[in-house]
Amino acid sequence: MRSPLTAAGPVAGLVTATIMGAAAAQAQDLTVYTYDSFVSDWGPGPQLEAAFEDRCSCDLEFVAAGDGAALLSRIRLEGERTEADVVLGLDTNLTHAARETGLFAEHGLSPELDLPVAWDDAHFLPFDWGYFAFVHEAGFDAPGSFRALAESDASLLIQDPRSSTPGLGLVMWVKAAYGDEAGAIWEGLADNIVTVTPGWSEAYGLFLEGEADMVLSYTTSPAYHLIAEDDPTKAAAPFEEGHYMQVEVAGMLAGTDAPELAQDFLDFMTGPAFQSVIPTTNWMYPAVTPPEGLPEGFDTLIRPEAALLLAPEEAAEIRGAALEEWRAALSR
Amino acid sequence: MAGVAGAVLLPLAAVVWRAGGAGWLSAGDWAAVRFSLTQAALSALLSVALAVPAARALARRRFPGRGALVTLLGAPFILPVVVAVLGLLAVFGQGGLASRALGLFGLPPLSIYGLHGVVLAHVFFNLPLATRLILQGWLTIPAERFRLAATLGLPPGAVFRLLEAPMLRRAVPGALVAIFVICLSSFAVALTLGGGPRATTVELAIYQAFRFEFDLGRAALLSVVQLALAGAAAALAARLALPPAMGAGLDRVTPRWDAARPWLRAQDAAWLALVAAFLLLPLAMIVARGLPGLAEMPPQVWRAAGFSLAVALASTALTLALALPLASRAGEGLAIAAIAVSPLVLGTGLFLILRPVASPGAVALPVTAAVNALMALPFALRVIRPELEAVRADYGRLCLSLGLRGRWFWTRVALPRLRRPLGFATGLTAALSAGDLGVIALFADPERATLPLQMYRLMGAYRMEAAAGAALLLLAMSLALFWVFDRGGHGA
Amino acid sequence: MLELEDLRAGHGDFRLAAEWHLPAGRIAAVIGPSGGGKSTLLDAIAGFLAPEAGRVLWHGRDLGPLAPGERPVAMLFQDNNLFPHLTAAENVALALTPKRRLTAAQRAEVEAALARVGLEGFGARRPAELSGGQQGRVALARVLLQRKPLLLLDEPFSALGPAQRGEMLDLVAELARETGATVLMVSHAPEDARRIADAVVLVAEGRAQAPEPTERLFADPPPALRAYLG
Repeated sequence: MRSPLTAAGPVAGLVTATIMGAAAAQAQDLTVYTYDSFVSDWGPGPQLEAAFEDRCSCDLEFVAAGDGAALLSRIRLEGERTEADVVLGLDTNLTHAARETGLFAEHGLSPELDLPVAWDDAHFLPFDWGYFAFVHEAGFDAPGSFRALAESDASLLIQDPRSSTPGLGLVMWVKAAYGDEAGAIWEGLADNIVTVTPGWSEAYGLFLEGEADMVLSYTTSPAYHLIAEDDPTKAAAPFEEGHYMQVEVAGMLAGTDAPELAQDFLDFMTGPAFQSVIPTTNWMYPAVTPPEGLPEGFDTLIRPEAALLLAPEEAAEIRGAALEEWRAALSR
Repeated sequence: MAGVAGAVLLPLAAVVWRAGGAGWLSAGDWAAVRFSLTQAALSALLSVALAVPAARALARRRFPGRGALVTLLGAPFILPVVVAVLGLLAVFGQGGLASRALGLFGLPPLSIYGLHGVVLAHVFFNLPLATRLILQGWLTIPAERFRLAATLGLPPGAVFRLLEAPMLRRAVPGALVAIFVICLSSFAVALTLGGGPRATTVELAIYQAFRFEFDLGRAALLSVVQLALAGAAAALAARLALPPAMGAGLDRVTPRWDAARPWLRAQDAAWLALVAAFLLLPLAMIVARGLPGLAEMPPQVWRAAGFSLAVALASTALTLALALPLASRAGEGLAIAAIAVSPLVLGTGLFLILRPVASPGAVALPVTAAVNALMALPFALRVIRPELEAVRADYGRLCLSLGLRGRWFWTRVALPRLRRPLGFATGLTAALSAGDLGVIALFADPERATLPLQMYRLMGAYRMEAAAGAALLLLAMSLALFWVFDRGGHGA
Repeated sequence: MLELEDLRAGHGDFRLAAEWHLPAGRIAAVIGPSGGGKSTLLDAIAGFLAPEAGRVLWHGRDLGPLAPGERPVAMLFQDNNLFPHLTAAENVALALTPKRRLTAAQRAEVEAALARVGLEGFGARRPAELSGGQQGRVALARVLLQRKPLLLLDEPFSALGPAQRGEMLDLVAELARETGATVLMVSHAPEDARRIADAVVLVAEGRAQAPEPTERLFADPPPALRAYLG
């Protein structure tokens, strides 16, 4: 809040500002920065805002900032002067860098999570997760591994890891599954890749236009078509190496002026009111399965045998080299 | 002029200041510079080379539907990239019309992905713009000159050499630079159709530095490189271009006696058919894809259309206010700089500057309008400046001797004489700002999303059909805006 | 009285010198070979060209500090004397006011001026709808309303045929006599000078010579004029 300077001069203005600042804190505003599609009218945002405001008698404001990476950039640009109390929508590829900023506080919560991997992070708490997967038309005879894919004629649409979350997820997937052989896998895949798009929307749009046999997306993508469009013709290909996970998290800012409220929001986030909204708005798995279970249709999805996920520190450490392997292999 | 310089350079400076300096370019960056230059140069050359015969055909032929075609020429330029790319793929993609036609003859489908695909898409975006810019040039040749040529019995070749070639020497370099610069900072087209990391442009490297490494110094440095390349192109064009020297005519329509020969008619018809097919088929596919989606569009899309309309009108007013005082060589150079600065860096810099004084969400729409105006400015100036210079050359002394100065010069002489270019420039700005996503990611306001943003959100939520409907609405709205303003310039 | 006081003006390598005066109310033809400096002379008097030395005076007043529109000078150019987007009446009205809206009195004045040059009822037409001679008349009507005591003509009628040109020159002379205006007109044709000019200014080889009475000059042409007439 900017201080309204009165005629009495800056001292009086400062006093006014302090009083008004205190008043604002009493009114309990909670500002949550999140990615853009979360707050869109058909995302989870509107329902969750209403549900939380019922519970807290406060004013919850979502502020949208591009995607997860843009979200972190914005927090970094704003630094300690940020208005955010909570940031929702980072993933494990970003949490290391986010932690390094020193801007995040520990959440102090330990809910029971339904994640395929153990979760132990003092700063960030998951709200949903999913597996990356190649999505194809139901009738297509999809390969069952990266090696089989490389040897097949199947054409592929992927996203650029430098500008897209799934794109980076795929690089991490290959790295987590193949380690030092990742470069060779990419060289094998090079002739299958039709093109590399800047974001998920472009690749998925191209796939629906019939530009390729498969597109990098999530195992939950067919659920959207089945549930929202009553269209059972999309499927995800199970890969025997296992599937890399995306775990989406939230954290509270150390500089928040409403720490209790922020913590209350994080507590709400893993509760049933929040979690039951996630599957059919964000089209991801909820971090805590709600009491009524998953919506009908989710039972038709493939459940990978192995869940792959690099720890945030490890992901941050190998990212540069993994990216260079990817670039070198596909630039031939 | 200082205002625009500030609007371009201050954000850049803010990013450098925040970064605490900048380093130097890596080998990968140089590869990106090379690819950016290659694709931008090819795109600009090809767009203009194809635009010249198309513009000539439009200048010397009258046929039913000519007005509609000229209006539709504004369409591709204003489309959001993803919409245009999907439209192009519906024609040139693996499963597109062209590939299916080839399949009938047992030929393999086209592969659009690679440098040629990038250039094809850029030509799709910019050929119409180039055609309009050059057509405008043709219209500045007074009818009296063509009459003179007709009385001398000059053949088409001589008419070209004496009248049209000098006009092209004035019009073409500017058009080349405008297109080169806009392609230079291409990101989504280059990536989507480029086929992989080979097609890394400087703008993508900026993206990477900013989002990934949070290396603001490198982002700013790359942005300066982009600016320098654009500046060099603009300087080169300024050396090649001729000053206006046509002299004024009496605003008569131009019948063309030299072009009445049958084979010239056939040639013009063929060019126009080719260009129209190249432009209209993808547009038709966008319409076809969008029609079923119109019914599925949620009500928020209409609200977003309202916000986009407001942004478009505000941008248009701002562009007009900026374009007239900036219609000089220095002003045009400055405006070129504005589009050469990476939109991402521009947005970040504005964010750093405005953040301490205003909440980014609250200024989202004004910032969008201002940035869109800045982005449209070079094109507005490209159209307005040559004609303003012609007015000054032809009527400057008469105005002086009649004491028509200051606002009287503008209201009684310059603005009425500039009706046509102003109509085109404002139409372009309005349409461009209705369709441009711009630099608003950091300023996004969930309550007041613009139409393109809402369309991207629909896509991000798997709702491709509704998104196609929104894209069609966007296309229709942009075209309507363009048509209204452009018509306004032809009235009376 | 128009006085040129040791005037020197030019552009590039070209220099024109003039040192003479012309009494008010006279019509002087400016003749001489192409490139001799006729237009330079008019530009300097009209204020389009700043003199390098010397002064231009009108009734003893130095015109140097005045902008072209502020000088007691009206001028017609070789072409582009009318704005194509304005009607004949609107073009004429610019002499009175730059405003779009005219008072009833101003409208009457415009109509009267058009009538005076023989264009009654042509006010609503645009230049493209008028013949060359009619365009010249519209420009003259405007000059009439400008009410400037000094009129400079830089061959505005050169595109007209001899008969029409003659008519226009007669009209200029008539209007000048009526208003008492002083006229300086560039011409290529000696018969134009004979037709209406009291005096002739011969401009050749970078010098504008003092005006000489027309009859006397043509009766006994100096070598420069003889060379020009051939």
